[in-house]
Amino acid sequence: MSDSGVRVRRTTDQVPTPAPASDVASRAADAAGSAGPADLADAAGGGHGAAGGDSAPAVTPATRSAAPRRAELRAARVTAGVTELERRLADLLRGGLAAAQEEGYGLWEETAARMIDAQAPGLAARVRELGAVPGSGPGWPARLLEECALLHLLDRGWLRHGELPDGLAATVRSRIGLPSSPGGPPVRDRWLVLAQYDTHDTRLTTRRIWLYGTESGRTALVLSYGAAGRAPELSLPVGRALDAETVAYPGAGQSRVALGERFSTPVPLPARPPGSGPAEAAARYGEALADDPWQDAYPVTLRRVVPVPAAEGSWQLADADGDLALPVTPAAGSRSGLWRLVALSGGSPVTVFGECGHRGFTPLTAWPEGPGEAVPLC
Amino acid sequence: MSSTFSATATGPLPWQELVTAALLGTDRRTPPGLPPGREAPAALLDAAAVATVRRRAGLCAAPVAVRPEPAAPDPRPPLPPAAARRLVVLLADRPGTGVGRRGAAPDLRELLPQWLALANERGFAAPPEALPALLDAARGRTDLRPAALAFAGPRALWLARLNPDWRFALRAAQGGGELPSAEDSDRVRGLWRQGLFAERVALLSALRARTPAAGRALLSSTWPAERAEDRLMFLDSLRTGLGPEDEPFLERALADRSRNVRAVAAELLSALPDSALAVRMGRRAATCVAVDVTAPVPTLVVEAPHECDAGMERDGVVAQPPAGRGERSWWLGQLLDVAPLRTWPGRLGGRTPQEIVALPVADGWQGELHAAWCRAAVRQRDADWARALLGAPSAPEAGGPGAVSLAERAKLLGTLGTEERAAWVAGFIGTHGLSEAFQLLGVCTVPWAGELGRAVVDALNIARDAGSYPWSFSGVMGLAERCLAPAEADRLEGLTAIPDETEGAAPGAGGYWAEAFQRLTATLRLRAAMTAELTP
Repeated sequence: MSDSGVRVRRTTDQVPTPAPASDVASRAADAAGSAGPADLADAAGGGHGAAGGDSAPAVTPATRSAAPRRAELRAARVTAGVTELERRLADLLRGGLAAAQEEGYGLWEETAARMIDAQAPGLAARVRELGAVPGSGPGWPARLLEECALLHLLDRGWLRHGELPDGLAATVRSRIGLPSSPGGPPVRDRWLVLAQYDTHDTRLTTRRIWLYGTESGRTALVLSYGAAGRAPELSLPVGRALDAETVAYPGAGQSRVALGERFSTPVPLPARPPGSGPAEAAARYGEALADDPWQDAYPVTLRRVVPVPAAEGSWQLADADGDLALPVTPAAGSRSGLWRLVALSGGSPVTVFGECGHRGFTPLTAWPEGPGEAVPLC
Repeated sequence: MSSTFSATATGPLPWQELVTAALLGTDRRTPPGLPPGREAPAALLDAAAVATVRRRAGLCAAPVAVRPEPAAPDPRPPLPPAAARRLVVLLADRPGTGVGRRGAAPDLRELLPQWLALANERGFAAPPEALPALLDAARGRTDLRPAALAFAGPRALWLARLNPDWRFALRAAQGGGELPSAEDSDRVRGLWRQGLFAERVALLSALRARTPAAGRALLSSTWPAERAEDRLMFLDSLRTGLGPEDEPFLERALADRSRNVRAVAAELLSALPDSALAVRMGRRAATCVAVDVTAPVPTLVVEAPHECDAGMERDGVVAQPPAGRGERSWWLGQLLDVAPLRTWPGRLGGRTPQEIVALPVADGWQGELHAAWCRAAVRQRDADWARALLGAPSAPEAGGPGAVSLAERAKLLGTLGTEERAAWVAGFIGTHGLSEAFQLLGVCTVPWAGELGRAVVDALNIARDAGSYPWSFSGVMGLAERCLAPAEADRLEGLTAIPDETEGAAPGAGGYWAEAFQRLTATLRLRAAMTAELTP
């Protein structure tokens, strides 16, 4: 978290002070990538870096010496919050999830507020999501247990994060909601813009832009924020490539990068990322979980798949040459972009980029089988 | 991952057990394999975390459901990229807030029908990713459906089978591309004998459109055996490609048991001026109208028929008049509708249609007489009589000689050629202004010919100088945006400036007029751009 000579906006030195913490931290809470009604909010490897402030920080000697002390103070607060959350989860499991359904939303809201006071916005967002699970339809006890278990895992990760390997420790820190800044060497490449979509909640608009490095073969995510109801500033055209540098954020197996200096304007590029079949896509998500168990979805490109209608209005993306298929997530299945995909395919194979996770596959961009431009689906 | 999984456990618990244990709560029941007491919830969560991550990591692809058949390929050339982008913009436009002030931006939804017609004419295929938006637009606007479905092609039908929202596309197509060709007479006969009613109607219509004689032959082969309602529908489909060769068949249908079938047969025969029915009606009508040479000026004398006999009823005259009309004038009207117009010059002293129309009519029959002749001229597509009934466009009364109404004039215009039509309407507008010209403009072919366009623009200019507000003319302005030739945009540039306020003008009218002209110019330029983009 220090000078790396990269021309990126720094958010590290903007350590929130306790009094206005609720404002900055609550913005960061929702930016910490999980709150959001759409499944797309649970995007792969990324939304957990804090937004911090939007202005360039003023790095004076006074703040530089105060920063480590503030960091220690914050760590202590987070530990207190984590301990409290563990206690509450234990209470919940003691009384049983069935009782939790009758409690109502107020309990979760209060717990989330305590997490924000503890300066752990990532935990606050996850707690709020817990509150929404009992009302989410059949099968909710299993889903609630899953989310509680993962939250418990995150808590344990924090409590012992000195013993974790560096990458995992960084992932735990950013999932908790501590600010992180991009480190590491800048990677210059021709980045093809794969997809761009926005998720909205009451406080923030989060824009996710997926990039594919045509030379390095890497898939990266750029996050950009805007006030609720407004579009964020950064906007890149899907299907075009730009020559730019990116710097990765720390953390094992996460794909978030910060966009650095750009050396060209976006130009149309007929390239597509190399794809795989449904089985490999599911396997890749599984492997990604080894680095980051809290990941909900992983970016993959499927080649030669056909959208197939399955039972009750849901869809699958079926391998054109095989017998396997990935289900489309229910949220994506009810959007208009899916019909664009079906129309583009017309029963024939297409190439689709999207996020593959435990709820299914969310298609974001499609290309026709032959030459043709990318069709955004979101 | 850290884990405090108890060393006394015999193995990982199955997931369902964990969920049940969590639902009940560890206070109520200690789950098997976990330490009891205070540590139980944490141990349960540990076990659940391991199980969750393992389950998620082990997710596999599912077996495929039934695959749909691929859509039929579209042989048409793809749309140029600029036109494809334009289509997306046209489809995405939301309708404005209705009447009143519309602002200076072109109304894109009104341009969509024109764009589709041009794309269909040029024979382009729809880009597949635009089909959902196109089908949604066509679902909301029935006037758009034929053009949209023609443009969308076979893939739209394939999509409509998958999405119940787009069912209308299947109804409209009715097995469109799967009909046997006309030469395949065995399949045609087979489908005719055994198909469902909807299929047979589609088959007959398609056949009739291509080879009318074959359609009629097919129908007459099974005519006596059909049910009355079916006979009615099939007979109606003979309307397309109606010609003198259909007369014998229709004469036989005049003797049908069902009254509705007889009525339709009479109606169809009346559209054939040479048929025996038309000749009979002409003789009857000729006895009703004559020229009275004894009067100071030769006058037309009309005597309505005194009775409606069986012969008349067989020929399709409805005996019962609608409420409010006298019997005899009702019968006279029907006779005059059907009587061939060529009987009149001979009957009325060798006069030309113009002279006949100019004759005064006794006893107040002029309205009936001329209205009936209008209907006859439209039905028999007689351009001479239409010209005579229309009169000169610059005639002082808006309703020409003999009180021919505007609606009838519009229909008469339809029988004239396109240039003649445009010239007539231009003359009309030059004399009478725009206030009554909306219906007449509606029948002119799009884009408007040069002189018609100029006449409209001049009339708009005069209306602006007269000081009114532009929304009194919003109908004509809307038509002008859609129909004015795009080349006129340059001439209109001068009108888009805001003029100085004159005395006695409505306040602010100048600004509103300028805005209206700006919208008109912008729409014309947009249409020119659209046409250019759709050029291969």
